[in-house]
Amino acid sequence: MDALNVEGVTKHYSNHVALDNVTFSIPEKSIFGLLGPNGAGKTTLIRIINQIINADAGKITLFGKPLQQDHVGIIGYLPEERGLYKKMKVGEQLLYFAQLKGMSRKDALVRIKHWMKKFEVTEWWNKKVEDLSKGMAQKIQFISTVMHEPKLIILDEPFSGFDPVNAQIITKEIFELRENGSTIIFSTHRMETVEELCDDIALINKAQKILEGPKKQIKERYRSNKFIIEHTGVFSSTAINFEILEQKQLEENRYTSLLQSTADTKSNDLLRQLINVTEVNSFNEKIPTISEIFISLVKGGSYE
Amino acid sequence: MNKILLVALREFKSRVQKKSFLIATILIPLIFPGLMAGLIYVSIQQEKNATKEVIHYIDESNLFKPDTSKFIFKEFHGSVEDAKKAFTVDGSYGFLHIPKLDIFNPNGITLYSKSTPSPTDKGYLVSMIENQIKDQKMQSLNIDQKVLDQMKTNVSIETIKISDSGSEESSDTSVLFAVGMGCGILMYMFIFIYGAQIMQGVIEEKTSKVVEVIISSVRPFQLMMGKIIGLASVGLLQFLIWIILISTLTTVVLAYFGLNMPQQQMMEQMSQQINDPAIQNQGAIEALKAISQIPFAYMIFNFLFYFLGGYLIYGALFASVGSAVDSPAEAQQFMFPVTIPLLISYLGLFTFILQDPHGTVSVWLSIIPFTSPIAMMGRIAFDPPLWQLILSMVLLVAGFILTTWVAARIYRVGILMHGAKVNYKVLAKWFMMKN
Repeated sequence: MDALNVEGVTKHYSNHVALDNVTFSIPEKSIFGLLGPNGAGKTTLIRIINQIINADAGKITLFGKPLQQDHVGIIGYLPEERGLYKKMKVGEQLLYFAQLKGMSRKDALVRIKHWMKKFEVTEWWNKKVEDLSKGMAQKIQFISTVMHEPKLIILDEPFSGFDPVNAQIITKEIFELRENGSTIIFSTHRMETVEELCDDIALINKAQKILEGPKKQIKERYRSNKFIIEHTGVFSSTAINFEILEQKQLEENRYTSLLQSTADTKSNDLLRQLINVTEVNSFNEKIPTISEIFISLVKGGSYE
Repeated sequence: MNKILLVALREFKSRVQKKSFLIATILIPLIFPGLMAGLIYVSIQQEKNATKEVIHYIDESNLFKPDTSKFIFKEFHGSVEDAKKAFTVDGSYGFLHIPKLDIFNPNGITLYSKSTPSPTDKGYLVSMIENQIKDQKMQSLNIDQKVLDQMKTNVSIETIKISDSGSEESSDTSVLFAVGMGCGILMYMFIFIYGAQIMQGVIEEKTSKVVEVIISSVRPFQLMMGKIIGLASVGLLQFLIWIILISTLTTVVLAYFGLNMPQQQMMEQMSQQINDPAIQNQGAIEALKAISQIPFAYMIFNFLFYFLGGYLIYGALFASVGSAVDSPAEAQQFMFPVTIPLLISYLGLFTFILQDPHGTVSVWLSIIPFTSPIAMMGRIAFDPPLWQLILSMVLLVAGFILTTWVAARIYRVGILMHGAKVNYKVLAKWFMMKN
């Protein structure tokens, strides 16, 4: 069963289209990257999933059921514009949020204590948020997102504003949450930051989905038979199955070259040929990053 | 419904636990009477301790008998021209010149002074001279003071209102006036203070960016209503505490005076202080009677109803204003149209309602939902007809439902907008926007 199915979702605002017939699905227990530049419609889509706004058309299914009011209890949402009540004490605030999510006070207390212990912040219970440092507040904010054990966790630009230490702690927690059965959606315009975390991705640009699928497959599809080698001594290509696109001097007699081979050339064959003409120090296939794939798609050309 | 309650509860707790709430709730019932007593005390002390100013005088008509209760009078021996110079030299207040005059046509009395005399000082001198001229006239006309006293008649009209059921009630308009004014002003302050607090709360949620976290679990309407209801209960709690505090205080004070000063003694004391015991006593008794006849339970019920209704109308509007802006400074431009009906009813309270509680304008002001909370509270002591009260209440409820609906449509869009440039056109667009 898919965790989330988005089918033909469309949202118009008075002077522009925010989402144009967007369709994709997210497998259960996966980490999903919802990627796209600023203003592509990611936040609008997330707000629709959170039932903050309604779509004009289309259908959204959560774990096999059409979106409904009590789904708020199984979603944990960390919005891009996030914050806490500054004058409220940490414990009280988390209790309040948990109860709004539909938990009983008793259950909430247990869960919150568990999470605060895990993040080693138990002694902050009676502190007001305004007395916390920014990093401390970020931890509390994250706890407020996951404390009710949501089956679907939506993180909108999760690492913007998080310091590297917290970002790492949270990355670790996210993997653990997936192990425990949660599905996680990352929404970001900084694709390189989440690329390695995601199992599946969807690319959105100008209100439209332009690419969707498992990350590995997509990368495979956009392989372009380019290789980067470092070598000692210059060489030139006379072979018909590869050409040198670029050659740069690194040190005295050391160079790096970008090679374009033909599609039917195996990497081993290429390496054998190279060994004959130069001393190879390193040999790597140049695999495109998601962001490179995205840029090439948006520009309309194939990946280069 | 449960979520509205949760939001309201948080709002209530966070406000009531603040020190400022405790201070305001306990101090305000003490501050106003205390402030008034303080001012009266200071002005009495000032009067008592003020050093008396010196006035020089030349009395050519020989009618002046100095009364030294307020000024020290020194007769000047010399010419008028010398006197004009002399009083400036020794730092006296002024120089009063009474030329030779006909007491039936007293003209030409002049007061020379360095600074413009205050109206009270001038009035004091005028009445002093008038009294002395009166005495002289009586002598010259051969009228005995006793005869004159006997001619004087005191009439006081007791006003009695006959109610529909035929029972008679005395009604003292000046007491009703005071009650109406008090209720109207109190209502104005309550609506304003609590309305503004809603707006601040909404802006705070927006600037601290907590709002999107919350509306992912609560519908915007629930959040808004929870906020409004939470603050309303804070207001009601405060109001109840005030009533309890004030009534205990007055009981204590009355009991204290009652024990130490039996009524007769109190009246005697009053009559000693006041020149005209007959009228004053009559007036005081009338006033006490009128106060005792005010149906307090009825007034408090109406006050609570109109407070809730008015507060809910304005609270919803203030909430939508708060949702549209990013800072209190920005809110100013939208506050204006919201506060105008409040100001109109406040001004109407003094210009129409208290002067003519059953006039056309007063009646309309007390029926239109936006002005009725303040206007009706001003009229309520004058006992408006029942049908007007019911119509006004029904319209108030309808007005509240309408404004809440309008406000909620703006609110649900506004709280998600950050850094947007907002004007009335944008607000209208938000209002029209599909959900």
